[in-house]
Amino acid sequence: MRWAIADGWTITRRDLTHWANQPAQILAGLLFPVLIVLMFGYLFGGGMTVPGGGGYREFLMPGMFALTMVFGIETTFAAVSADAARGVTDRFRSLPMASSAVVTGRAAADLLNSALGLAVLVGVGLAVGWRAEAGPGRAALAIGLLLLLRFALLWLGIWLGLVVGSPDALVAVQILVWPVGFLSSALVSPATMPGWLGAIAEWNPLSATAAAARELFGNPGWGGDSWAAQHAITLAVAWPALIVAVFFPLSIRAFRRLGG
Amino acid sequence: MPYGTVYDMISVSGLGKRFGDAPALHSLDLDIPQGQVHGLLGPNGAGKTTLVRVLTTLLRPDTGQARVAGFDVVRQAADVRRHIGLVGQHAAVDELLTGRQNLDMFARLSHLAPRLAAARAGDLLTRFGLDGTAGKAVKDYSGGMRRRLDLAAGLILSPPVLFLDEPTTGLDPRSRDQVWSAIRDLAGQGATVLLTTQYLEEADRLADRVSIIDAGRLVAAGTPAELKATIGGDRIEVVTASADDLPAVAALLGPYAHVEPDARRVSAPAPDRVAALTRAVRGLQEAAIAAEDIGVRRPTLDEVFLRLTEAAR
Repeated sequence: MRWAIADGWTITRRDLTHWANQPAQILAGLLFPVLIVLMFGYLFGGGMTVPGGGGYREFLMPGMFALTMVFGIETTFAAVSADAARGVTDRFRSLPMASSAVVTGRAAADLLNSALGLAVLVGVGLAVGWRAEAGPGRAALAIGLLLLLRFALLWLGIWLGLVVGSPDALVAVQILVWPVGFLSSALVSPATMPGWLGAIAEWNPLSATAAAARELFGNPGWGGDSWAAQHAITLAVAWPALIVAVFFPLSIRAFRRLGG
Repeated sequence: MPYGTVYDMISVSGLGKRFGDAPALHSLDLDIPQGQVHGLLGPNGAGKTTLVRVLTTLLRPDTGQARVAGFDVVRQAADVRRHIGLVGQHAAVDELLTGRQNLDMFARLSHLAPRLAAARAGDLLTRFGLDGTAGKAVKDYSGGMRRRLDLAAGLILSPPVLFLDEPTTGLDPRSRDQVWSAIRDLAGQGATVLLTTQYLEEADRLADRVSIIDAGRLVAAGTPAELKATIGGDRIEVVTASADDLPAVAALLGPYAHVEPDARRVSAPAPDRVAALTRAVRGLQEAAIAAEDIGVRRPTLDEVFLRLTEAAR
């Protein structure tokens, strides 16, 4: 157990060292969501109206927070598949280290990365006029739900990375992630979409977390009256729990299967 | 085990592994005593890498048993991992870390104390001539430097058993020589080495014993000299200046002479070496036949390899 933690930390530290060695890359990763905020907030935002009333940028920010958590899948996938393809995972497996550390170290590193990304976005939000209106306690709860979504999607990323095992498939993962990201209430209200599309968007796990964050930050929501819209916080806990329940065991199985 | 006794550091019996329908290893037996450098030869897809993956606990065998350093690779995998070093086909190092950071990380994951890990990383960098580039990211390394770093990473625990899976594939001659001399040093210090390679020259230079596998089966084993002897001993070869002389030379070299018209070469068994050469030179002089080249030579490991792997098809 002592080694499981020590080895996990060594693997996490490896990622932190990557950041220190490649500051330009980590900076680009952090600035990309900022770019989307500015694009939607100022370029497209003029044409957006929030059904429940309220400013679009107030509506946009919690959606962007949640969207960034979803984009994290790509980071996880890229790291896991590159290690598998380059033989680094095999080297780890041939060492007398705790084998769980390969996965827990990755999870901790990616959560830290996302927490940093979230902090940057919160800073940008505050700069463009977004505020957490409902007090620090509920704001902290919102941050917790956002990181919970990221934690759940970690396992999807790890599973995909282990099963696919080739970083070349990153483009395919991006093609998969983007529609899931946009077919949600992150950037626009599902009420403005065709009925059937809006229903899918409403039930998207990303929408649940975005809507829950809006509620907890006291920001304008899209005010739907469906069950999903009324129970956003419940769903923002249930969806990640379901994702973990499916992809955590699948990830562990995929890791064991590396041994044939 | 009494001091000084040589015992098997790698012991494989009846080892089998299938991927779907295709058998990768077919009831393989192999024993490698302590201190031996054992060359494992075979064409692509022969099962070399599969065997290395089973012996380094990365892959579970379907049938049979394997012990490394006295430990069962399935039931005592953790003990096996404490006694082995693995240098695989890829340079399995982190591209975004520096050479020193890579070795330090692998040393910590091998459970050396932080200070010891740093010292060990420093020693290995010096030993493999990487001091000057220790602070550079590995993605800026040349292929040879990457390979040497990879080899250093495999040696962090000074493992008594070392697995090298095609360690010089794709290297330029200078880097290859550096890797070879590192392997010789290790063998000199008593390490047991299993070396897979497609280069027969590599096996000839480094290995005490060679096993040839094809389609997951052992097709031959022995010292390089023994293997060469299995496909017939020394041969005399004469290359004539003119193709017209080939029949006359063939008659001169006796009933087992073999003619290769395109190369204008005639060869024949020459168990008595110098005597055969003397007879041939005299015969050529008496018949006034001009020869471009004449000599007695041993078969190469290439010929053994080709002969044996073709026979199995």
